Amino acid sequence: MNDLLMGLVAGLAFGFLLQRTEVLRYDRQLGALRLIDFTIVKFMLSAVLAGMIGIVIARQMGLVKMDIKATVLGTNVIGGVLFGLGWGVLGYCPGTAAGALGEGRLDALWGMAGMTVGAMIYAEIYPFMSRGLFAAGNFGKVSLFGDVGLGDFLWLGLSLVLGLGLLRRLELLERVKR
Amino acid sequence: MGKRPMNPYFGGVLSGILVVFSVVAAGRFFGASTTFSRLAALVEGVVAPEHAASLAYFERNGFKVDWQLLFVIGIAFGAFISSVVGGTFKIQAVPDMWRGRFGASAVRRGAAAFFGGLLAIVGARMAGGCPSGHGLSGVMQLVPGSLISLIFFFLGGVVVARLIYGRGA
Repeated sequence: MNDLLMGLVAGLAFGFLLQRTEVLRYDRQLGALRLIDFTIVKFMLSAVLAGMIGIVIARQMGLVKMDIKATVLGTNVIGGVLFGLGWGVLGYCPGTAAGALGEGRLDALWGMAGMTVGAMIYAEIYPFMSRGLFAAGNFGKVSLFGDVGLGDFLWLGLSLVLGLGLLRRLELLERVKR
Repeated sequence: MGKRPMNPYFGGVLSGILVVFSVVAAGRFFGASTTFSRLAALVEGVVAPEHAASLAYFERNGFKVDWQLLFVIGIAFGAFISSVVGGTFKIQAVPDMWRGRFGASAVRRGAAAFFGGLLAIVGARMAGGCPSGHGLSGVMQLVPGSLISLIFFFLGGVVVARLIYGRGA
């Protein structure tokens, strides 16, 4: 029960932030995909970097149990591209579709209906995911933290340098486009 | 609370801190796409119960009221409350940018949104996550597959956006 309440509270707070930053708008998401408005990329990268700092610190204190998805190059790449193609048409991702509906965007409801049908289709093709190209490059549940020798703080530092560098470039690019 | 949006860096940093709180307090990283598999299992369980029961995927991802379902519902209500309080709530069936390209037809937009959502979730379930599960939670744990998925989410999206809207602004 407590678990469900925590989910609701986290969702409420996240929905508030997504709405106030306008990250859940179709125009913002397509703006990023058209490379003219990087609001959602700025939001996402700052969330990742801030979260990473917190996770590394909490990991040192023994407060975090990592939750790591398997790296399988075949499904990561093929599924990633398919998601991107659908995302470019819909203009919302699964989480932001729910938020967009919350602020009155009715097209998000059609998107969510499509997602439910899409999940039925995926259940049909799921047996093929362990075969052929789909299963290629299976590295299992790995994270650079812990599994690849540099040490948490070095990986964190490297990520901050790369992430902040990318944000700086995007700011410059946005200025050129305007 | 005006109509000016919150700074995306500020909102992003707060969201990152929110994830850390959720992980430490509840042991939960953010994610959203599994919920649609569970909803699909619920619907198919009603429409075609025998077939649904035969699918291995639904055995693993059957319907249940879990943390993530409440999280997704919370996002919808959080956005609802925030938009009503801030005066930005607006019933709209066709986004402005789409209208500028394809006109005001809600049917055309609805059909595109449906098929876009369908394709997106097939991809997300195949890749093992969406921009929340891979993009936020996976990348902040430096999971290689999550970073790769996120890059290809954007590549696929940029290609479609260019096909739809053409080059440039």
